Amino acid sequence: MVAVAAAEGNPFYLWTKKMLRIEPQQLTVNPALLAEIPEARTVIQLDHIHKTYTMGDVEVHALRGVSLTIREGEFVAIMGASGSGKSTTMNIIGCLDRPTRGTYILDGEDVSQMSKDERADIRCKKIGFVFQGFNLLSRTSALENVELPMLYLGVDAAQRHQRAMEALAAVGLAGREQNHPNQLSGGQQQRVAVARSLVNHPALILADEPTGNLDSRTSVEVMEIFQRLNRERGITLVLVTHEPDIAQYADRVIVFKDGKIKSDYQVQDKRDAAEELKNMPAVDEDDEDEE
Amino acid sequence: MNLLMIIRVAFRALVRNKMRAALTMLGIIIGVSAVIAMVSIGQGASASVQAQIDSIGTNLLFVSAGAQNVGGVRSGTGDTGTNTLTVDDLEAIKREVPSVSMVTPAVNTRAQLVAGNQNWNTSLQGVSEQYPDIRKWTVKNGAFFTDADVRTAARVIVIGQTLADTLYPGSDAVGQTIRVTNLPFRVVGVMAAKGQDPQGRDQDDIAFAPYTTVQKKVLGRDRVQIAYVSAISQDATYTAQQQITDLLRQRHKLAASEPDDFTVRNMTDVAEAANETSKTMTILLACIAGVSLLVGGIGIMNIMLVSVTERTREIGIRMAIGARSSAVRSQFLIESIVLSLTGGTVGIILGVGLSLAIPAMLGWPTLVSMMAIIGSVIFSAAVGIFFGYYPARKAAALDPIEALRYE
Repeated sequence: MVAVAAAEGNPFYLWTKKMLRIEPQQLTVNPALLAEIPEARTVIQLDHIHKTYTMGDVEVHALRGVSLTIREGEFVAIMGASGSGKSTTMNIIGCLDRPTRGTYILDGEDVSQMSKDERADIRCKKIGFVFQGFNLLSRTSALENVELPMLYLGVDAAQRHQRAMEALAAVGLAGREQNHPNQLSGGQQQRVAVARSLVNHPALILADEPTGNLDSRTSVEVMEIFQRLNRERGITLVLVTHEPDIAQYADRVIVFKDGKIKSDYQVQDKRDAAEELKNMPAVDEDDEDEE
Repeated sequence: MNLLMIIRVAFRALVRNKMRAALTMLGIIIGVSAVIAMVSIGQGASASVQAQIDSIGTNLLFVSAGAQNVGGVRSGTGDTGTNTLTVDDLEAIKREVPSVSMVTPAVNTRAQLVAGNQNWNTSLQGVSEQYPDIRKWTVKNGAFFTDADVRTAARVIVIGQTLADTLYPGSDAVGQTIRVTNLPFRVVGVMAAKGQDPQGRDQDDIAFAPYTTVQKKVLGRDRVQIAYVSAISQDATYTAQQQITDLLRQRHKLAASEPDDFTVRNMTDVAEAANETSKTMTILLACIAGVSLLVGGIGIMNIMLVSVTERTREIGIRMAIGARSSAVRSQFLIESIVLSLTGGTVGIILGVGLSLAIPAMLGWPTLVSMMAIIGSVIFSAAVGIFFGYYPARKAAALDPIEALRYE
């Protein structure tokens, strides 16, 4: 029997909370689960990241020394007003951009000075992207869209097909593999995008305003998938959003302001999308499907 | 990501937009089929010229009176004003030049031939009995006149098929009598039909009589304008040409500084000249068709550039999920190569089809050239690479962040 002190940022606190889904001070902890705690690897480590854009003669300091650590299995929401640096941070975390100064270690590899091609390979292997605008290839079936990242990784055809089918089933789209994006609703399209982000077994899924184009019920549905993936598969999730209630589905919220981290806190009353869906009035599935 | 995958990606991208792909290919299809059809027409013409020349005999030499080129001024061979070639010269050639097998003079004139109530103006050729062997021209009915007819200047005549059809429609010409300038000639033979020569003249509109008869009884002059000489083989034609020139210069007592007063040409030269002409024609036609191929290529570049802009977001997605710049570049390059090669293949089928249809439709001989087909394939691939490279490079140079934001 080990008692764990509750303290913000304490990994023991975080992990205990995650494993048991209750406040640690209320209960004793199962030592078998506790044994896993030291193994919580660091997935993202940003160390004094600066990013400066030069626009003509003007230098824009988008990031002014950002340091943060995200561990495996965390579900983190990044918030902030536009111009706060959250998009730049997301681009850097997603290896789409490089920091001007500072180091970024992703899954044990220093990616801060990597070339364009090396970053492409890192994105392929370690990062899954989910975007606000879904960003699926049009006139391409859901299955082929999901297979796409594996194509760039060089997975053979049979395995590609199998893994894509599994990923689509995991997001509840079994039977819709051959549909093209224009034959799917917004929520379904976003679920295809989530399936696509999963297939290469990335170290991290990066979602940029994933509910921005969705209505509230569909938003909850997508968040339910994220929470389930995070809970059941231990997938590390970084979610960029400007909606505070969406951020409530995460474990931890990081707020940006003026290129710096303003606050970084654990969510106290985390929302459970699955629970909320049960209490929501049922929507006729067929209506949605026919879009 | 291996090449096969990139090819699959490129194919899928093209299949997604069939209409645009088809329209883009149209330029290449037209270009390639035009090149193949044009070259086929050129080659066909060339082959038919060659066949005509072969039928005349490539070991044939022409000896004509007068110089072909005196002081830079070209005069026609067999000039009527010259009288430098005699029957004795020809006898000497036959006797003294070892590489010569047969000789016949050809004394040409136009004559009005009258048979019953029919008459016809034709070319009357005074030749020796060796003429059919030298020209490789057989007699269809009757027989050619003989050595004896030549010696005795007999009034015998052999007519071409056109004449036989005109003067004796529906009946046998052999044994009939034709009057030439009021002298009766007995028809001893009808030549086999030969058809048109490469210039389109009717080779069967002709009559042959012994040269002695034509000289003495029709023209009243013993001069020879032209002679046909047969060398013992095709290889011997150049030797024969040289030996005849040497002999005639000697016989005509020409000083070293004086130009030839006769002309010796061989059929190989004529054949080469004809080939040269048809080759020039073929190249000209191919060049014109090549321009349309070039225009087709520019069409591909145009579409690919539009495509890169239009698919900026797609490129952004591909890059974000892990496509290297090189993979994007290869994809667009291969799309362009696939477009031009597919267009090229369809163009080949169309071009070959056209080449096979032209003889039936227009009556022109064609010869489908393997070279033109291989050339078109290489050219269309080159067009794809050349005109696809710039748009592909543009696509690969896109920044994923910018590309994803593109609306």
